[in-house]
Amino acid sequence: MSHLLEIQDLKVTFGGLDALSGLNFHVDEGEIVSVIGPNGAGKTTFFNAISSLVEATEGDILFEGESVLGLEPHQVTGLGIARTFQNVRLFPNMTILENVMVSQHCRTRQLVFGALMQTKAFKQEEREIRERAEAALGFFGSRLVGYRLDQAAFMLSYANRRRLEIARAMATQPRLILLDEPVAGMNPMETAELTGLIGRLRSEWGFTIVMIEHDMRVVRDVSDRVVVLDHGVPIAQGSYDEVSTNPEVIEAYLGRPVEGRA
Amino acid sequence: MSATMSAPSSTSKAAPALLDLDWRRIGKWGGLCAMVMVLVSLIGMPVGLERRMIIEGRLSLGYLSLVWIPLLFGYVVSKRVVLEGVETPDPSARDVFAGLCTGVLSGLGPMLLVLGIDNFNLRDPLVNWGPQLLEQLTFGRGIGFGVAAWFGICAVLGLLGSLMHVLPKDVRRVVSFVTYGLLFISILEAVISDLSEGFGLESLTDAMYAKRGGLTVKSSIILVVVIGVFSILTKGRLKGATSRYKELQGEERKRASIVLFSGVAGLCIVLPLFLGKIVNELLANVGLFLLLALGLNIVVGLAGILDLGYVAFFAVGGYTTAVLTSAESPFFTPELHFGFALIIVILMAGLTGLVIGAPVIRMRGDYLAIVTLGFGEIIRLLFMSDWLKPYFGGAQGITNVPPVDLGFATVTGIDPRSVFYLVLVFCTLAIYVSWRLQASRLGRAWMAIREDEQVAEAMGINTVNAKLMAFVVGAIMASLSGAVLAAKVGSVFPNSFMILVSIIILVVVIVGGMGNIAGVLVGSFVLIGVLGGPRQPGLLQEFQSFKLLIYGALLVFMMLQRPEGLVPSARRSQELHQEEFLQDAWLKGEDHDREETEAVKQPGAVSGVEGEGDPA
Amino acid sequence: MTAIINRQSARRVSRVDRFLTFIRVFLVGLIVVGVLAFLAQQFIPDNPFARWRNPDAMGLTADQFKGLLMSGLSQGAMYGLIALGYSMVYGVLGFINFAHGEVFMAGAMTGFIASEKFNDSGLWESNFLLCLVLIVIMAISISTLMAVLMERVAYRPLRNSPRLIPLITSIGVSFFIQNAVMGLFGPASKPYPRLPEWLAKQRSILTFEIAGTKLLVLVVAAVSMLGLWYLVESTKTGKAMRAVAEDKEIAALMGINVNRTIVTTFAVGGAMAGVAGILWGLLFRSVTHMTGFLPGIKAFTAAVIGGIGNLGGAMAGGVALGSAESVAPLVILEPLGVPGVSQLKDVVAFTVLVLVLLFKPSGLFGERLSAEDRA
Repeated sequence: MSHLLEIQDLKVTFGGLDALSGLNFHVDEGEIVSVIGPNGAGKTTFFNAISSLVEATEGDILFEGESVLGLEPHQVTGLGIARTFQNVRLFPNMTILENVMVSQHCRTRQLVFGALMQTKAFKQEEREIRERAEAALGFFGSRLVGYRLDQAAFMLSYANRRRLEIARAMATQPRLILLDEPVAGMNPMETAELTGLIGRLRSEWGFTIVMIEHDMRVVRDVSDRVVVLDHGVPIAQGSYDEVSTNPEVIEAYLGRPVEGRA
Repeated sequence: MSATMSAPSSTSKAAPALLDLDWRRIGKWGGLCAMVMVLVSLIGMPVGLERRMIIEGRLSLGYLSLVWIPLLFGYVVSKRVVLEGVETPDPSARDVFAGLCTGVLSGLGPMLLVLGIDNFNLRDPLVNWGPQLLEQLTFGRGIGFGVAAWFGICAVLGLLGSLMHVLPKDVRRVVSFVTYGLLFISILEAVISDLSEGFGLESLTDAMYAKRGGLTVKSSIILVVVIGVFSILTKGRLKGATSRYKELQGEERKRASIVLFSGVAGLCIVLPLFLGKIVNELLANVGLFLLLALGLNIVVGLAGILDLGYVAFFAVGGYTTAVLTSAESPFFTPELHFGFALIIVILMAGLTGLVIGAPVIRMRGDYLAIVTLGFGEIIRLLFMSDWLKPYFGGAQGITNVPPVDLGFATVTGIDPRSVFYLVLVFCTLAIYVSWRLQASRLGRAWMAIREDEQVAEAMGINTVNAKLMAFVVGAIMASLSGAVLAAKVGSVFPNSFMILVSIIILVVVIVGGMGNIAGVLVGSFVLIGVLGGPRQPGLLQEFQSFKLLIYGALLVFMMLQRPEGLVPSARRSQELHQEEFLQDAWLKGEDHDREETEAVKQPGAVSGVEGEGDPA
Repeated sequence: MTAIINRQSARRVSRVDRFLTFIRVFLVGLIVVGVLAFLAQQFIPDNPFARWRNPDAMGLTADQFKGLLMSGLSQGAMYGLIALGYSMVYGVLGFINFAHGEVFMAGAMTGFIASEKFNDSGLWESNFLLCLVLIVIMAISISTLMAVLMERVAYRPLRNSPRLIPLITSIGVSFFIQNAVMGLFGPASKPYPRLPEWLAKQRSILTFEIAGTKLLVLVVAAVSMLGLWYLVESTKTGKAMRAVAEDKEIAALMGINVNRTIVTTFAVGGAMAGVAGILWGLLFRSVTHMTGFLPGIKAFTAAVIGGIGNLGGAMAGGVALGSAESVAPLVILEPLGVPGVSQLKDVVAFTVLVLVLLFKPSGLFGERLSAEDRA
């Protein structure tokens, strides 16, 4: 059967340095997969390669059986892959609502003429954009809606920025969402809440999710499968329990025991 | 600075000693003030602006160009850094004293200059070093008097400047109302006398203004009283009205907007009928530049593309119109009607926008600025060259561009009122277009690109197409302005399309407020209307030779102190001062939401989001 | 594997790309045809290709060509000197100091004022070399002072703002200085005093006829460049500058005074511009308040051509640009039958900029920028 996302022998090289080498990996429809690994393992590079922000040196990335290599980032988003960023990158001067409205760009069509003539189609589309935006924001409870809709994004707290970024990704109407450390910088309560929401993203919105995460509790609670990267090479794949007991993984995280003492 | 540094030294709670000041700071600002005064004098402002009177016989623009300096520095030197939550000592006599000291110190500037001019001859490199300046600086009454007078004036002004912090808010309001009101009325002399003539009230202006220009002493006293009373009466009303307008919802808001709009539209249509030729000419110029500025606002303000060669599109509009309508165009003379020509102008401008836009659109923002500047210059040089002379007339340009025949009226440069009406139509259109686009899918895409191009791309926006679109829309607006210019002047020359024009429009957009239609409106009225465009005089014609200097200084000042412009869009000003904002919010404990305060504790995260981040 | 790569390139081509390819092909074609026509006119003047666009073409004599090249080189050397300032500031702070051309103009203006005074007192004629040294020192001090002041007043407060903000500010600074200088010294063009005969006369070196002034320009530029090279590569200050260019925060953590290093960068760039100003004055013998504008932009072009942040590249780019704009009109445009080619010098310069950015945006010799500035 064909997978939703399939990575074949992916290799990304920066100036002679292999950020990723020989990554083979697939995601099926409706899965939640976590990518973990120590810092510098190439996790974000992996996301950047999928969303075409960096170019793959070798290998192929197939989305629904079609290669996405060589597409512009906006085309990748258009195919149905949305993402968030590790260091939260919103459009700080736009309102919260606008942040989510703008990400539906690739799903909408109206151009200058409609806006100037205020055609029926234009108004209809604007209404739909707004409704979808509010629906995505409403997913996070009352935090991002109401009077907040017209506030500029930079006024939000750190946790809310992360939530807004997820809402923005949701609004692109993707099939696959790439979450880059969604709970980084959140406190335990917020983390727990977001963990639940990630589960609901799949059950209620039907998204498939690939997530980079350092918080092992989150990884354990939501993921169907875990992939461990180290120095750009996948060292283990499987369920959380399998992976967490894998000696190679433990070594990658904790280091090799010094021989003399062992 | 001074406040926090000197505060601990005065340990007693009682009023600190008068002399307990930050002398270094006073020395620095006083010295700077003196230097600025000398510089302004040597640049020739006092002499060059002497002819223009503000108040007859008392205050000329020449002296005004000097006296605002100690006033401002007095204000600055006694200003305290107000930190929310940190106790700021109340302004006291010490601050006023600091202002006074700064003022006295700045008196050194004119003093040294007067003595210098009297004893040395530096006329050779410094063109303004001479008896005229000396005469002006000594008030024509001898060296001793001049020096003493300047110390006195500077001291008083420094004192006044610092007093602004001490005075209660209401008094401050009245004082600033009176000052700005007087200046305003004096600057608008031409407009007001035109208007009153139109309404048959010549006697009023005769009483108000002196024959050689400027308010009469008597009328200025009356005006002071009137404005003062007015400011007391309107206290709080203006703000109330705007906030009430903003609070209106739905239908009511709509109705209020319609009333407001029709009011403004009515004024725009009716007022010019009562205005004379000169003022109408001025309005027409303001309109032409407003049209340009609206276009640049889309490119720079919304899409964040710094296009320094914007004048190229202006030139394309002008030349296309000239070639298509003029009988004396050297190569191709279809002598089309202006209306038909306009369609081709729009097509040409769009095409030029694409051709210039395509190669530069993927460049880094700052490279793009320089390359577009290069393109702007290339286009002008080509129009001027012998090579294209057979087509565009070289340096002599194309003359004899016919007036616009509308059937019921003719728009020609001889009748500036008609030009103004034509420009008004285009400006209204441009405002409508900017307004509608801003709130559309395309406008949001532009803003997203301005904020963070890479993320915009990752969120599904085809940035290349969206940016090209911005280029094209901006180009079309500029070309319309060029077309009207050609019809108005009756000819086009390459030298009307210098890079200077681009930069002046950039100043207009930035001073008014980037990305904000109201800001652009205010910017063009204030700058082009008062100071004038690259070749067009404004209300203060005497500024002709200094306006570029002022534009440059304004650009620097705005970028340093008020990057959001005169009329900021509310959001933008929050962002540009976001650190202050966050700090205030935290200290005020405004956010009861726990997570909000947490965000404030991580300013690193805040600054990490804005600007261009790296891809990793 | 190759199949994937093929599809990749096929998919990436958009309409904009196609248009860019068209521009590239067009410009290169123009250059090639122009040069071929020039060669044809030069060697076989009677064939139809040579007469195709420009039937009256005379071609150039070897001496003319050498003369053009020498003017181009000397002018390019000045562009190079100015470009160093752009390149260094861009390398360290990541923004275009648009007002750098005004620093150059200030140097030329100082040179004018001082040399005129020397001329009045007779020192200019009796001891030219001493005067030259003195005016160079003065121009360097004024230009340095101006660059440092600029940094302190206008750019330091904007250190961490988005890249376009300091650029816009520097446009304002440039405008302000131009017009302040006009107000102070008047708008008229100011002539430098006559140069002594021994300097101005034509000399012959390796069959190249060159005016002594141009030779002086080349020598001084080379010496300044070597001095700068030594400063940047071998002194502690230079190391600090390179460290700050690489990463300001880490440099600060390593105990480098970042502010002082940035000021030094501006100062050194200003000094180079000051030298260039004097050379400009000696070569063209006239200066106005607008002198800095075009050379400034062209010097930036030179910096981009050489690869911004790359000092050797800036100099090479300057020389390349200078020669291109002096030779190209006669070698490419004239053979194609374009009249009045000397007016198109600036067009050529800007076209070179566009060409370089279209073909190799990182310049001929590669940029040297920190990671964040490259974005």
